[in-house]
Amino acid sequence: MGTLAERKVTIESEIGLHARPAATFVQTAAKAPIEVTVAKRGGEPVNAKSILSVLALDVRQGDTIVIRAEGEGAEELLDRLAAIAAAP
Amino acid sequence: MDRLAGAGVSPGVGYGPVRRLVKRAPVPARGARHGGDAEAERARAEAALERVAADLEERGARAGGVAHEILSAQAMMARDPDLAASVRELIDGGLSAARAVYDSFAVFREALARAGGYLAERAADLDDVRDRAILLLDALGPEPGPVAWPDGGVPYVLVARDLAPADAAVLPPGEVVAFVIEEGGPTSHTAILARAMGVPAVVACRGVTRVPDGTHLLVDGATGEVRVAPPAREVATARKRAARRAARRSLAQGPGRTADGRAVALLANIGTPRDVEAAVGCGAEGVGLYRTEFLFLDRRAEPGAAEQRDAYRPVLEAFPEGRVVVRTLDAGADKPLAFLPSPGEEPNPALGRRGLRLYESYPGILEHQLAALAEAAAGLPARLQVMAPMVATPDGAAWFVQACRKAGLAEAGAMIEVPSAALRARDLAPVVDFFSIGTNDLAQYTFAADRQLGALHAIQNPWQPALLDLVALVAEAAARAGRECGVCGEAAADPALACVLAGLGVTSLSMTPAALPDVRAALAAHTFERCRAAAEAARAAVTAADARAAARALLPALGDV
Repeated sequence: MGTLAERKVTIESEIGLHARPAATFVQTAAKAPIEVTVAKRGGEPVNAKSILSVLALDVRQGDTIVIRAEGEGAEELLDRLAAIAAAP
Repeated sequence: MDRLAGAGVSPGVGYGPVRRLVKRAPVPARGARHGGDAEAERARAEAALERVAADLEERGARAGGVAHEILSAQAMMARDPDLAASVRELIDGGLSAARAVYDSFAVFREALARAGGYLAERAADLDDVRDRAILLLDALGPEPGPVAWPDGGVPYVLVARDLAPADAAVLPPGEVVAFVIEEGGPTSHTAILARAMGVPAVVACRGVTRVPDGTHLLVDGATGEVRVAPPAREVATARKRAARRAARRSLAQGPGRTADGRAVALLANIGTPRDVEAAVGCGAEGVGLYRTEFLFLDRRAEPGAAEQRDAYRPVLEAFPEGRVVVRTLDAGADKPLAFLPSPGEEPNPALGRRGLRLYESYPGILEHQLAALAEAAAGLPARLQVMAPMVATPDGAAWFVQACRKAGLAEAGAMIEVPSAALRARDLAPVVDFFSIGTNDLAQYTFAADRQLGALHAIQNPWQPALLDLVALVAEAAARAGRECGVCGEAAADPALACVLAGLGVTSLSMTPAALPDVRAALAAHTFERCRAAAEAARAAVTAADARAAARALLPALGDV
C-alpha cells in the first residue's frame, strides 16, 4: 500500500462540479484501479467513481473539495483529478 | 371523440398507430420480494441496467451533438457503482430486482431534488433511466433474455404530453410518421425540431394522451387536425391530397418568386455549419438567419478567431451567388456564458440584458466576432450581412453599425423583434442597411406572452392582426428607405402566411430548410396582387383565426400546396 494522498481544490467553474466537468472527473476516477474519494471540506467523503454520489454532493463554484486516494499511482491520479476540478 | 384539434406546426400528413411515449414505468409494489434466488435476481438487475446504459449510449451516438452528451451522462448513471452496490444489497435482503432498482434510485433522486435548480432537473434524467430499467425488468421475466425495446417495429404516431428535444433527436428517420403533443407551442423546440426532421407535427392538442396505444390517427400537420380511427376512404383522401401537394412542390424550382415573377428570396435558418447541406438540398438561395450561439454556449473560454472563422467560412462558401445573414451572439441570463462573470439572477431574462445589450458590457466579444466574420468572408463572392439581436432604439442600432464598419463589414442590419423598433422603423431604416423581422420574439414581446408556454400559444399566433400591422409598418419603412426587409421567424414557414408576408412587402423569407419547397410552391401559385389582397384581408380581420381564413380564401391554390 502506498501512502494516503490528498488534494484540496477550490472550484472555479461557474457550473460547479456538475454537467461536463463532473462527467470528466468521474470517468477519470473510474479508470483508475485504486479507490478514490471526494468530499466537500468538512463533509463525508463519497466514491469519486460514482456520478450520482458526486452530483449529490452539490459542489458549487467557490466550494473547496478534498480528493483522497491511496495506492499505486495515487499522486498522478490526484494531479489529474485536481486539474479537472480546478479548471475554470 | 373522433376528432381532435391542435396547432399544426410542421406540414404534411401522417397516418399510423398511436404509440405514447412512456414517461413513467409502473411503480413496483413496496417491499416486493424475489423468489429466493438472490444471485439470479442480482444478475437480472445488472443485465437490465447495463442494457439501459448501452442503449442510451447507442442512441446518443446515433443522434450526435448535444443529445449525445445528455444521453452519455444518463448512461453513466445506469452504470453507477454506488447505485449497483445499493441494488445488490437490497436484493440480498430479499427485495425484487425492480423494487431494489426503484428504492436505490430514490435515495439519489431525493438528494438531487433537494439541491434544486440544475440538479433538480437532473432528477428527471434519473427517473428516465430508472423507468427504462424497470420496464426492461418487467419484460425480462425470471431470466435475462433478449427483449425488444418498446419502440421498434412499424412506423407510428408518437404521442406525448411533452417531448424533450433530446427524446425527439434520437428517433431514427422513418420511425415516426407524425408527432402529436398535448402541450407545447408553435415555437417550442419540439416544433422546430419536427420541421427540421420533415415530420408532420401537431402541438397543443388537448386530450390526445388519453387515446389508447395502437389506435390509428390521421394527422394533418398543416391544419392541426387529428382524426381518431378514421374510415379508410378518409385516409385515402388525405394521402391523395398529400401526394398532390408533393407533386406540386416538385414542380416549383429555383429562386422564390410569385406567379407574376416578383422575387421573394427564399433563405434557410441554420444553427451550425452542418445544417448547410439540408439548406442547399431544399433549394435555399442563401442563409437568412445563421444563429451563432452554438460557438459560445457551454464554453469555458471565448472561441478563438480561427475556430470562429472555420465555422463561418464553409457557410459562405456554400452560397457563392447568394447571401448569408449572420446574427451576432444572442446570449442572456437564460443562456449564460460560462466565460463571462455570472449575470446574476434576472427575474425576467427575456426582458433582461441580452443580445445587443450584453455587448455594451463586453464589447470585446462583438469585436472579435465581427473581425472573424470579416476574415471568413475575405476573397469569397457570397454577400455577408451581419445583424444584431434585440435592437430597441436607433442609438443601439447606430452603435452596432459603427462596430461593423470598423471591422470592414459592408452590410449591417437590425433584427426587428422588439415592438419599439417596429413602431419607429422609419427612424431605424436610415441607420442600418437592412431589416430582418424575428416574428417569434416580436410576437412574444407584442402580446406579452412567453413563447415557451403552450397555454399562451393562441395569443401569440403569428396570424394575429396586431403582429401583421407591425410587419407592414416595418416593410413600408424599409421600402421607403430603399432597404431590404426579411422575415426569419417560423411564421415564414407557413405557406399561406408566407404569401401574406410577401404581400405586406417583405422581400425575403427565411425558415427551416424542410419548409422551403412548400413555401416556394405557394408563392409560385399566386400573383403578387393576390398576395397583397390576402394581406389586406388578413389585416382587416379582428382575430387571428379570421385573418387566416380571410387570407386563405383569397389564396385558392393553397389547397394543392
